[in-house]
Amino acid sequence: MKIDHEYGVPTVAVHTAVFQWVVRSVARANGMPHMRQVFVPQPVIGKSPGELSAYVDGNDPITGRPVMQEVIEGLTAPFGAEELKETTFERSTPRWVEPASEEDLSRLFQENQWTDQLPIILPTEERVAAMLARTSRKPDEVVGHMRPTDFREYWEYTVEKVAVNAVMAGAKPEYLPVILALAASGVSARGSSTSSMATMAVVNGPIRNRLGMNCGTGAMAPYNHANATIGRAYGLLSQNLQGGSVPGHTYMGSQGNGYAYGSATFGENEERSPWEPFHVQHGFKPAESAVSVFTGCRATAFSLGLREKHWRDHVRNMLRGLDPRTPPTLLLDPLTARMFIDRGGFDTKEKLIAWIDDNARMPAGEFWDYQLAQNYIYPRATFGEEPWATRLNAAPNEPIQMFLRKDIHVVVVGGETNPYWRIMGCTYQKTVSVDEWK
Amino acid sequence: MAGRDKITVLNPMGYPPKVTRQSLAPRLDQLDDKTIYLVDCRFDDSELLLKEIQNWFHDRMPSVRTVFKRISSVYLKDDPKTWEEIKANGDGAIIGVGH
Repeated sequence: MKIDHEYGVPTVAVHTAVFQWVVRSVARANGMPHMRQVFVPQPVIGKSPGELSAYVDGNDPITGRPVMQEVIEGLTAPFGAEELKETTFERSTPRWVEPASEEDLSRLFQENQWTDQLPIILPTEERVAAMLARTSRKPDEVVGHMRPTDFREYWEYTVEKVAVNAVMAGAKPEYLPVILALAASGVSARGSSTSSMATMAVVNGPIRNRLGMNCGTGAMAPYNHANATIGRAYGLLSQNLQGGSVPGHTYMGSQGNGYAYGSATFGENEERSPWEPFHVQHGFKPAESAVSVFTGCRATAFSLGLREKHWRDHVRNMLRGLDPRTPPTLLLDPLTARMFIDRGGFDTKEKLIAWIDDNARMPAGEFWDYQLAQNYIYPRATFGEEPWATRLNAAPNEPIQMFLRKDIHVVVVGGETNPYWRIMGCTYQKTVSVDEWK
Repeated sequence: MAGRDKITVLNPMGYPPKVTRQSLAPRLDQLDDKTIYLVDCRFDDSELLLKEIQNWFHDRMPSVRTVFKRISSVYLKDDPKTWEEIKANGDGAIIGVGH
């Protein structure tokens, strides 16, 4: 509500009722608990003009008062003296939890929503100290800042806070540098989006083998201690270090997402990949270790191999099954990677990406009618952002590219039990050095 | 460590920022002859709801001038150009639909 606070325009925000807790807490966190907010029923999307007119003529479902009366009062009713007072809120987090029995503490951690609802290892001083011994960084060093969504405030965290969450996840101390690198990304694995995002973390470099990470058979499944607990730690540290991930308050994913339990954490199968490792594509040396973070993991398409006659059509079908806002990252078993070379001559990841970019198409009319295109791409196109503006000018039946080449990626993972492969709809965020957190 | 013996553990939560209460714009004394912008944040058919609010003003409070205005891009981006326009030409704003 910059328009109200910074530009001096009296403003009322209209929200749907299901967001009452989250928008109020965002207003508080931004220092505007007295912001004028009015609520209408959920949903607005898909409703007819007549139904929306009834919302406007009806009552605010939170207060029971007429919506338009509240709108008018929001613009005209003066603030009380208390509301106008400039106040500073000091907030702090204690280092320790009040001593209690193991049973009571386990219950407290769960009740406080500090867990992922699975049993955790309680972070005693000894366990946290053992974890901290595996990094040269000081416990009180600030690692980064994180928040669950763009409109919320950033929270800050130290090396010790990351170690506490790593202990809770059951991680071994030697995993800490990878977990610190994930924390340093500042990318939350507990985004609050209504779309139920999850995160994917791909580890590259020698650290994979030193920690015994799985890059082969079952790499994305719960069959490896390092993969499982590093991914779990990423989720726990995200929810706790950003200030929570509580449904209705700091998490609004309508359906939720099972990938969030382990944040789809695995190592790229560099040894069996015919191509350059992912971290090398992003500026690191092969002998360096790094972890790459992808967000927005929701849609997944999968197939078996590449058939000689129609493989191009099959891949195109998979791509068209993704939502148009979230670009594809191909997760290829090494067998499939080599099939792409044999079938298409893609002897580099870049060549395969270029082919995917050119073949991920759908009729313009269909593309622009997607709700996600309307929400997130159409506004940018209408104000001239390329290449979307050009694609918006296409005739309704003209096939247009669905994604941007820079957003398409390829990772090799799997144990060659069969050339199964999948496309993960997700957005690459960044690659962070693990070595710097040793 | 098992059983009812008390143990001490560390708090897993991060550090929240210091929050300072922000002042908001003084409210209007009344809406007659005022210009109110209806600001569409371009999310999930918000335009349609704001159009109904615009209709409501037209039918019930015709002395209020309403201007329908879409933000310049997606709701995730700040939009100083639009805020400046409303500050220069408007008296108040209704923004929707937030989430």
